[in-house]
Amino acid sequence: MSNGADAKVPEPEAKLLRAYRTEAGVADELFMPDGTLRPVWRRFIHHLARLSPEAVAARFARGDRYLHDAGVFYRKYESEGAPERDWPLSHIPLMIHESDWRIISEGLVQRAELLESVARDLYGQNRLVSGGHLPASLVAQNPAWLRPLVGVKPAGGSFLNFIAFEIGRGPDGDWWVLGDRTEAPSGAGFALENRVATSRIFPNFYAQSDVHRLAGFFRGFQAALEAMAGVREGRIAILTPGSMNDAYFEHTYIARYLGFLLAEGEDLTVRHGQVLVRTVDGLKPISALWRRLDAGTCDPIELDPRSALGTPGLVDAVRQGGVHMVNALGTAILETRAFLSFLPRICQALRREPLKLPNIATWWCGGWREREHVLAHADRMMIGSAYSTRLPFDAADDTVLGSHYQTEGEDGLARHLALHGRDLVGQEAVTLSTTPVWHSGGLVPRPMVLRVFLARTQSGWQVMPGGYARIGTGPDTMAITMQQGGTVADVWVVSDTPVSRTSLVTSAAPGTRRQEAGALPARAADNLFWLGRYVERAEGNMRLFRAYHARLAEGLTAEEPLPTTLRQLISPGTRSRASSVLAQSFELPLYAALTCGSRVRDRFSVDGMMALRDLVQTARKFSAQTVVSDETPQRVSVLLRRITGFSGLVHENMYRSIGWRFLSLGMSLERAATMALILAELADEDAPDGALDLLLEVGDSIMSHRARYSGTASPASVVDLLALDDDNPRAILYHLTRTRDHVDELPGSSEYGRLGPVPRLALQLHTRLAVESPASLTPAKLLGLRRGVWRLSDLVASTYMT
Amino acid sequence: MRYDIRLNITQEYPGIVGKGRHLIRVQPADIPGRQSVMSRQVLVTPNPAEYSYHKDFFGNAGTLVVHVHPHPRMEIAMRARVECFAQSPALNISPGLPALADEIAAVASLDPDAPHHFLGFSPRIIADGDIEEYARDLLDPDMTLRDIVVAIGEALHRDLKFESGATTVETPAPEAFAARRGVCQDFTHIMITALRMLGIPAGYVSGYIRTEPPKGQPRLEGADAMHAWVRAWCGIEQGWVEYDPTNATFAAQDHIVVAFGRDYDDISPVRGILRTSGASIGTQAVDVIPVSSGFPN
Repeated sequence: MSNGADAKVPEPEAKLLRAYRTEAGVADELFMPDGTLRPVWRRFIHHLARLSPEAVAARFARGDRYLHDAGVFYRKYESEGAPERDWPLSHIPLMIHESDWRIISEGLVQRAELLESVARDLYGQNRLVSGGHLPASLVAQNPAWLRPLVGVKPAGGSFLNFIAFEIGRGPDGDWWVLGDRTEAPSGAGFALENRVATSRIFPNFYAQSDVHRLAGFFRGFQAALEAMAGVREGRIAILTPGSMNDAYFEHTYIARYLGFLLAEGEDLTVRHGQVLVRTVDGLKPISALWRRLDAGTCDPIELDPRSALGTPGLVDAVRQGGVHMVNALGTAILETRAFLSFLPRICQALRREPLKLPNIATWWCGGWREREHVLAHADRMMIGSAYSTRLPFDAADDTVLGSHYQTEGEDGLARHLALHGRDLVGQEAVTLSTTPVWHSGGLVPRPMVLRVFLARTQSGWQVMPGGYARIGTGPDTMAITMQQGGTVADVWVVSDTPVSRTSLVTSAAPGTRRQEAGALPARAADNLFWLGRYVERAEGNMRLFRAYHARLAEGLTAEEPLPTTLRQLISPGTRSRASSVLAQSFELPLYAALTCGSRVRDRFSVDGMMALRDLVQTARKFSAQTVVSDETPQRVSVLLRRITGFSGLVHENMYRSIGWRFLSLGMSLERAATMALILAELADEDAPDGALDLLLEVGDSIMSHRARYSGTASPASVVDLLALDDDNPRAILYHLTRTRDHVDELPGSSEYGRLGPVPRLALQLHTRLAVESPASLTPAKLLGLRRGVWRLSDLVASTYMT
Repeated sequence: MRYDIRLNITQEYPGIVGKGRHLIRVQPADIPGRQSVMSRQVLVTPNPAEYSYHKDFFGNAGTLVVHVHPHPRMEIAMRARVECFAQSPALNISPGLPALADEIAAVASLDPDAPHHFLGFSPRIIADGDIEEYARDLLDPDMTLRDIVVAIGEALHRDLKFESGATTVETPAPEAFAARRGVCQDFTHIMITALRMLGIPAGYVSGYIRTEPPKGQPRLEGADAMHAWVRAWCGIEQGWVEYDPTNATFAAQDHIVVAFGRDYDDISPVRGILRTSGASIGTQAVDVIPVSSGFPN
């Protein structure tokens, strides 16, 4: 059917919808079956149709820029290429009217309550199995049924606290549940970012529309978690698998948005049934964990022994009621695809009512009647693992149409079902509804599936009024996953009456709750410290690299003493003179710095990350380059200006948190140690000609030297300026002073009024240098000082980072 | 028959510090009518900061220890005296293979002894076509389930070479089967795989066997360490039977049970650092001495 040709449609709309062709037998979000526009879209389409193509392009670009600047990305699992991808936002939101949403919400709340009862039974009395409502094998042979949790009651009383459902609209226009997400559903944070981006694309329209806001939902859940945690002393943490996970951005985002600690398994430890987080201030109790980690990997002692992501003893802590787990360990079993075939009857048995929202028709092939049915309808039946938790059209799943088995002969499917029936389900092939996306200047329909989030609050289950719509790339419903290039869209639930406009930011409490100092996890401190050290190491080596090439450009040969010394400073032990090898001396530390930064994304600014990524990319070009020219020093200068910009960002823009202190401390220790080394090598009496000028150049102190000392550089003036000058940010003493300031602010710096070991060593180092004079500061003393700096670095690590 | 059992496990951690949590499952189980534990003791050095009793889904007892201070080596010493009662040889009242699926489906229970736990997936048992083919070749239509268990167990005893050091605790069953060699853990995992491929519920038993043979009899294989054998479910009437493929015998008075599980992973004797770090050296010494013969002190 062609909708655009409708005579009653005004011209701008007709143009916008020119290419919008809905398919027979497929429901559409924009048009009703009779070809008229759904009323909920009318105003939006009117608005969009009257924007010029340039205005549309500018607005979409504004939304994309917001996402890019906010650092929204997802991680694509693949072997090569940039693993972090820009967020694939489809700029047209999905509109759903409040009245439709009410039906969806009621159905999903009922389903949430039903699943809670099922979880309680599967980890409790097992009446569903003994009563014949669920085959025993589907539980006992299910990898998601965690035996160590059988008989364990959740500390807060409920198994499920934050869940999601995948829903879709069938050809008849009704909504269906396609899958249950009860383990650790992601997407709620992305939904928030989609909302911010989309509201920037349509700012005035959004402000004047009665679209339900999302902040209230998050605030309700935040309050529920805090009430849960409030029963006993302790923090709330989000447990993440770490920066390699595809939804890591969301974990950091939600942690920041709600003011929770972001913890990895290794940050936690269990003592006497209590979960504790390792912080720079020692072990601190955790009372609630919002888990974004698969349950099976949470504890190598009682769950998967091969998991390196978990925390030994976590199951024991749960068993002893020492921690609230959101959701309870073991709830992934509710996602089992085969359960969809039993839930309608289980709902009747447990609640004496039918499911308000049906789920996709599913047949477990362990029963002969079901097998017969699946066989008889093989051509429109998706057949896959009974234990799978994916959606049937997820490309990563090995689900296939029943007709696929015909390649194995006439009775291929029959034999397959007879042999493996208990492990298989058949599901009616779904036809998803279509929703508009922007395509070459107009709207076209694309299949979509909607993820809806539910949170248990103090007043029961709340449904997020909005969601996370995933949209296929083409008309085919077989490829709606982001890993396959699909897009995502914001979901607007539109009311006929004014909506409440709460924001998490403007609420006084509890959104403004301050994180206590000292809550910095030891691992985060470790990464920030090394981030500082690596960036500084890169800068030091870059300066030496530039100086080396500047000497060659001035006509020195590589064999002469000064270039040889420089090479040894840049890459000790290498004989190579290749510029690409020498460039690795700053390229590799930059790459390591980026890795450290990406592990503490919740504590490190988006700008900082972008600056780092930019640096890595530019630096990479150097090692790729084999030809060296007179331009090389200039090109390094560009890189140096960028790295200086990064340091400026750290020192001008970062909040003076404990985390910042570790970062800055790492930079100071590295710079002090590097300067001590090059001074020992180059300010020596026996140093090659030109060494002193070179030192001033590498130490970025040519101007200062001219201003402070008359005449040419002498070993004494150079050592005075680069080692002993407390006002020169390139001097060793300056950084030892700074080091003292930092360590004095770290937790536990004094014990009963006496200095702790770290500040004591920092003070000793500082004093050792402060009492020297240019004449007395020998290369041997400088090298001794350098060793002292490394000892302090080790001591900081062993005190705060383990 | 009464036994004194001694087990010593030494765990060294080269290059890393041994600290953290261990779950230890080495003590004989109390099984009414079969074996009765008269005394038992599990000692861990260095002295743990936490020490508690642990019971798992299958009812196995364990000891949970936590060390907070780093140490280069850990020692576990278990001492127990156990009375094993003579078992009257079970009659073969099991059905044939075709009747099994319905008998299993008739058990609507998830009790630890229910057959459902011991089919299909478990962490260390993976489907393997070669093992399945090997097992199917041994079948004949008249066999009862118990006959099948014996046939597979005897065939494995005949075709596999017992060889310590040929495999590690991590070796997958198909690999050991392809090499036709291994230790009791491999024999047991291969036999469990074979039985499950046929649809027969099968699980893992860890335990001890007497280390000194009765006069005139050869020393049993695998007696220098903890032992392992198979249990298989042979229908509702017959229930579970235990068979030791390493020695081609039903588990009898010489077999002392420590734990039942689906495979080794469920009941490994020591779980903790040695697994998560992958780098540790362990030694194990076992003595199982009939009390009448006197404990060599």
